[in-house]
Amino acid sequence: MSTLSSIALTAPELLLSVGAIALLLWCAWGGDTATRAISIASVALLTAAAFLLLGPAGQGGPGFGGLYQADAFAAFAKLLIYIACAVGIIIAPRFFADGGSMRAEYPVLILLSAVGMGMMVSAGDLLTLYVGLELQSLAAYVLASFMRRDTRSAEAGLKYFVLGALASGILLYGISLVYGFTGTTDFGGIAAVFGTPAEEPVRLGRLFGLVFVFAGLAFKISAVPFHMWTPDVYEGAPTPVTALFATAQKVAAMALLLRVAIEAMGPATEEWRQIVIFCALASTILGGVAAIGQSNIKRLLAYSSINNVGFALFGLVPGTALGVSAVLTYMAVYVAMTLGAFLVVLQMRNARGAPVETIASLSGLSRTRPALAAAMAMFMFSLAGIPPLFGFWPKFLVFDAVVDIGLWPLAMIGIATSVIGAYYYLRIIKTMYFDEPAEAFAPGGSRVEGGLIAVAAVVVSPLGYLMIGPLGLLALNAAKALF
Amino acid sequence: MNVLGFPILSIMIAVPAVAAVLCLLMPGAPEQKAATARWLALAATLIDFALGVLLWTSFDVGGAQWQFQEYAPVFGRFAWAMGIDGIALMLIMLSVFLMPICIGASWIAITKRVPEYMAAFLLMETLMIGVFAAQDLFLFYIFFEAGLIPMYLIIGIWGGAERIYASYKFFLYTLLGSVLMLVAMLWMAREAGTTSVPALMAHDFPVQAQTWLFLAFFASFAVKMPMWPVHTWLPDAHVQAPTAGSVILAGVLLKMGGYGFIRFSLPMFPEASAQLVWLVLGLSMVAIVYTSLVALVQSDMKKLIAYSSVAHMAFVTFGLFAFNRQGLEGSLMVMLSHGLVSGALFLCVGVVYDRLHTREIDRYGGVAQNMPAYALLFLLFTMASVGLPGTSGFVGEFLAMMGVYQISSIAGFVAVTGIILGAAYMLYLYRRVVYGPLEKPDVAAMTDLSMREYALLVPIAAVVLWMGVYPQSFMAPMAKDVGFVLTRLDRARPSSDAQPTAGRAIAPAHAAEPAHAAEHGGAH
Repeated sequence: MSTLSSIALTAPELLLSVGAIALLLWCAWGGDTATRAISIASVALLTAAAFLLLGPAGQGGPGFGGLYQADAFAAFAKLLIYIACAVGIIIAPRFFADGGSMRAEYPVLILLSAVGMGMMVSAGDLLTLYVGLELQSLAAYVLASFMRRDTRSAEAGLKYFVLGALASGILLYGISLVYGFTGTTDFGGIAAVFGTPAEEPVRLGRLFGLVFVFAGLAFKISAVPFHMWTPDVYEGAPTPVTALFATAQKVAAMALLLRVAIEAMGPATEEWRQIVIFCALASTILGGVAAIGQSNIKRLLAYSSINNVGFALFGLVPGTALGVSAVLTYMAVYVAMTLGAFLVVLQMRNARGAPVETIASLSGLSRTRPALAAAMAMFMFSLAGIPPLFGFWPKFLVFDAVVDIGLWPLAMIGIATSVIGAYYYLRIIKTMYFDEPAEAFAPGGSRVEGGLIAVAAVVVSPLGYLMIGPLGLLALNAAKALF
Repeated sequence: MNVLGFPILSIMIAVPAVAAVLCLLMPGAPEQKAATARWLALAATLIDFALGVLLWTSFDVGGAQWQFQEYAPVFGRFAWAMGIDGIALMLIMLSVFLMPICIGASWIAITKRVPEYMAAFLLMETLMIGVFAAQDLFLFYIFFEAGLIPMYLIIGIWGGAERIYASYKFFLYTLLGSVLMLVAMLWMAREAGTTSVPALMAHDFPVQAQTWLFLAFFASFAVKMPMWPVHTWLPDAHVQAPTAGSVILAGVLLKMGGYGFIRFSLPMFPEASAQLVWLVLGLSMVAIVYTSLVALVQSDMKKLIAYSSVAHMAFVTFGLFAFNRQGLEGSLMVMLSHGLVSGALFLCVGVVYDRLHTREIDRYGGVAQNMPAYALLFLLFTMASVGLPGTSGFVGEFLAMMGVYQISSIAGFVAVTGIILGAAYMLYLYRRVVYGPLEKPDVAAMTDLSMREYALLVPIAAVVLWMGVYPQSFMAPMAKDVGFVLTRLDRARPSSDAQPTAGRAIAPAHAAEPAHAAEHGGAH
């Protein structure tokens, strides 16, 4: 494969990188007055990058000698990432407008983060993986502390940085062990070595490497027991950034985990299965129990994301194409539900226009803002996985994949834990519908945000079931690229 | 397509759904919106009732097992498959019959957030019809579980003082039951390679797996039914729900449990049903005695009727697990009759509650003097609940007891005590509310039934009598489907202790003893 055709495969990343650098220059000269134009240009770049996925970047196969994979799997994940990033840019100006902290660098940082995430999901080699992850993380650290004058935001950035660095260290240690015991960093090569039997010390060494790699990645998807940073960072970071962390970043990290687990360590499925089962169960249980006591909606959504990642992980347990496609469907629906929920959180402003984040402030929302409350109720029921809302479907698929390999006792336990989660989602609905109205929120005002909420609500509504056919086909096609 | 030339089941599902959306989206001032929502809801439920009548009249009794079938594979993994047999037909009729009455019952009682209330009820109707008409395993599950959402809102928004606790309990209890069923369904769809309910009903699952599948379904249906000891959500939900909510809960939602047993558990897992018959009969025996006794000491009218529902549902489980025609038909009749009677009883409670705003039995007394018409109708429903011949309650309970006696004489014996206890608590309730001196001034000030209340109670009374006098109208459409379930159950029928058996040859030396045993019905 020539370098030129490899370059064609990386077209979305190239476009975004070059675009981000150009926009950065524009920032430097244009200053914050150019923010709006830069934001629009960024969204346009993301759209263009998404369209490039239709070309060789979507199904071109390996590039740069296997360092980079341009397959249907990566394209599926990238599409979700670009959509989430674009929404993250669109919703920002109104949020930052009050504090006066909207700066032209914001969309550029998101673009860079998107490049990093694109590299993560396309990585065919442990080193590409690491470079992509770090690029994404560096942009994310800055984004988390974007409101410099706000101590909570600064705290979130610092916490995220320290703990993220720790996770990267663990991951890197795992990578070095895997390299040491397999002699390669290429996913295909690792799989080949894992597939061959070895003597006890070598096998143990590989196992150690595998455990550390999984621990590092579990940190990135914030699966229990590596979830501690999530509530603090989600609470402190500016809400649009939190939305980005909860969606795009989760998709990227999850896709990365899927690829490493299947492509690089597929032959060792038996070995990592216990890790995944433990993380999945711990996440669904702890993500449910710990959320019950929360009074801040962003912290609650952080636990909700932990909970949902746990359910998505159930799809990885079988290590089959069916399971992987279930996880991909899960992430797609999860992005819609979570973005919708965060969009509603963005509407939560008191009469003076300052953002409020307490769950109590949602009291009686169904009477002051019935449409907003109905949308939020749909997102909550959907996140809880109650039919006929679309959030039920991905849960159905992951447990179907688990039952498919005969692990029905695990499916029973896993699905029973969803009842714990239902409790706190119901609490939000109770607050909105059963309680007496609190101080009304400031009027919405933004057509764009209202429209985005409506789109997300339609996706999670029963109408979403009509997408099962095409979505399932895309996800299965993407999943097959890994096998 | 079907004899009517249009997809009647989908339309029956769509009409209330569309009306619900309209109720919510309608513009206008709050007062005006409330009035429009009321009329819209009444119109939609009446249209559905008319369609239901059309459905019943065009149903070919004794014809094909599944009629009015529709099939559209729009969801990939599962399909929009509709179709009904006689059992589903009767339960759909029950739903569409009770819905306009529920709307009427809420006409004045509900004053806050009327459009949302009506929308929730209409949504409920959509989902109820969906449950009974769905012919796809997962479509059934979606309808079955989705019903939690509107009911949760109905209890939580328009309920009584403890409504929030009751709504949580209702939701989480039933959710936990049904998620286990989902895993079993996933396994079944894989094993049988189809999600079509008729195909699954004819599929023979491995006997070892059946026990697990049965238990998973049991977890869901027993909670929904509800069976002792997982019935505790019901009294809370009933007491806190608004009148119409209680009517729909007792009238239709509880029937989903019985429907699930006869549609899924019995025909799909006959061996497991036979193995676990001791469990079901045992729980039903406890339920019938225990909850009747609990009902006897209640001081809250709604709670009393709620506990009586649990006791009546035990008749349903008795009949279902009798493995014979009398039992199955009897339990179906109990379901239909209880749907009408308990609904009517809750309406009767609602009538006095609207006037005095209390459900304390002791706050009433002597109502017969100032509300004679009310007392008469209340008496009819009380008698129907007790199972007096000539009312709907008699037919079902008699058949169910006859059925269960054939499989276990002990269960039959306990079931009969349930009738006696039932008479005790219902008559005791009636005496305390309706008879006695009319001493309390506020009770004496209560007026008799209004035209609206007549319009709610008289139709139910008419059907209760119809069902009691000529039950054949209701049993005929179901007879063939009961026969089908019986053919599935035939191979697994458990042994029985209450059948006449051939006596042993009489040896002259010991002639006295066997002859003695034969006299007593030959208990071996």
